[in-house]
Amino acid sequence: MTMMSSMQTNPTSAAAAPPGDAGPISIRAAAFDGYYGAFQALKGISLDIPRNQVTAFIGPSGCGKSTFLRWMNRMNDTIPGARASGTLTLDGEDILARSLDVVDLRRRVGMVFQRPNPFPKSIFDNVAFGPRLHWRHSRADLEDLVEQSLRSAALWNEVKDRLHASALGLSGGQQQRLCIARAIAGGPEVLLMDEPCSALDPKSTASVEDLTRQLSTAYTIVIVTHNMQQASRVSDRTAFFFEGSLIESGPTETLFTNPKSKQTEDYVTGRFG
Amino acid sequence: MTDVPHVPVGRRILANRLFLAACVVCTGLAVCVLAVLIVSIVMDGVHRLSPDFIANFASRKPDQAGIRAPLVGSIWVCSICALTALPVGVGTAIYLEEFAKRGRLTEFIRINISNLSGVPSIVYGIIGLTAFSRFFGWRAGSDPIEFGNPDSLLYLRLPFGSSVLAGGLTLALVVLPIVIVASHEVIRAVPNSLRQGALALGSTRWQMVSRLTLPASLPMVMTGAILAMSRAIGEAAPILVLGAPLMVLETPSNLMSEFTVLPMQIFNWAGRAKASFQEIAAAAIIVQLAVLMSFNAFAILVRQRLQTPLQ
Repeated sequence: MTMMSSMQTNPTSAAAAPPGDAGPISIRAAAFDGYYGAFQALKGISLDIPRNQVTAFIGPSGCGKSTFLRWMNRMNDTIPGARASGTLTLDGEDILARSLDVVDLRRRVGMVFQRPNPFPKSIFDNVAFGPRLHWRHSRADLEDLVEQSLRSAALWNEVKDRLHASALGLSGGQQQRLCIARAIAGGPEVLLMDEPCSALDPKSTASVEDLTRQLSTAYTIVIVTHNMQQASRVSDRTAFFFEGSLIESGPTETLFTNPKSKQTEDYVTGRFG
Repeated sequence: MTDVPHVPVGRRILANRLFLAACVVCTGLAVCVLAVLIVSIVMDGVHRLSPDFIANFASRKPDQAGIRAPLVGSIWVCSICALTALPVGVGTAIYLEEFAKRGRLTEFIRINISNLSGVPSIVYGIIGLTAFSRFFGWRAGSDPIEFGNPDSLLYLRLPFGSSVLAGGLTLALVVLPIVIVASHEVIRAVPNSLRQGALALGSTRWQMVSRLTLPASLPMVMTGAILAMSRAIGEAAPILVLGAPLMVLETPSNLMSEFTVLPMQIFNWAGRAKASFQEIAAAAIIVQLAVLMSFNAFAILVRQRLQTPLQ
């Protein structure tokens, strides 16, 4: 398998589905409960995440949106006492199954964190980190792949002359785009973004938002955000969480202009939260 | 807010200066003590330093005595100590930080390892004597079991007796807690966000450790290791307990050889009444300090080399 083909495998084009329409499902949750020890952080979540669209999770702090995101690539496994029940599937495959290979799941479901977390390595080695975990590329293939990933993350022109310099020397916005490049270099299907702009200045935020829109043609993206303008700018669909429950979900425009629930309306109009 | 009394600016500045002065005095004191020590030793011993002093074996006559056996013995013992204590210590630290489940048992083990670094080294000497020299009394009174020819490099004897292997392993016990605690602190200092990043890319725990946390912490792990080795090379008590002979007239030829180490030789000579023995003791201390400093220089070199690729 060559890298390029795996990166651009794109069974359904985003253009085929009008924005807001569900289309084929990538991740499906049904009656999903999540716990930290005795505390129930997520209550009966049922939500479909359509392929090759941007789905935004909004809601006040502590509403469970990040927790839910971290179940999708089983990052919660690293937290003692975290457990879940109900249905959570990726392309019909049970994410919560004991027999599931978590390592493979995380290759298929990439993640970008709230704060940029470049490794203390060169820019090249950061991007090549994921591919090197899973495949034995030739040097030339790896170089191609790194370039391709950096181009997709709109960072190539800024770093092409210093690929072997430390990633820690990049600005915050560049670091976050590097983390996006690193996440897509492994060839994931889904990209989880946990408040990816909350540590960035407005200009970097704008570039990451643009990037998110562009990437949605090739990847299914789930983005957690505190910023409702951001949700409305980047997402096709939005889900509103409150105190561990999914209050409402639907096409972003409908949710913001014509919410069904009073709680959603109060939140999106800024009356609380 | 206006009626809240202001902290007098003059007093703040004065306090600042007083603290600075206190710091300078403390540093000065430490440097002074060290300087006095080095100067007095150098004055006592420097005229005794000569190629012969390094090349000769011990002798009853101070003018002919040298440190060949203890110098080579120290190198043997420290190499054995490093080869055993460093992998075991760093491995333990990695296990405790990256693999062990957080819980009371792990915490209990961690605290006890910290406590062990405060145990007097003579106690480790006794443990080493029992465990490595005598194998807990196994075959006491009968001949040891031998493997190979006593003249060959691969000769082995069970139990180990007062051999250089027993000495190295005993010193490994002495420094193991230091290596573990130092490496653990360093590995723990690697930000969790980096671990999460590696795991989220699909690393196994081992890939995360070998490609991320260990390379990121290696320079500082090396520093801790060298500090531990500096401690090992200066230990006399545990070796004394093992029953190393006072006068050794050959350098080790295999792991079962008799040996002595520099601190033992210094201890031996410094305890004699004759002034000329005091002088060669001082000369041996100079050599010991030189060895120690080259250890530290090596550590700094390694650390810088490991860090350069990213600067």
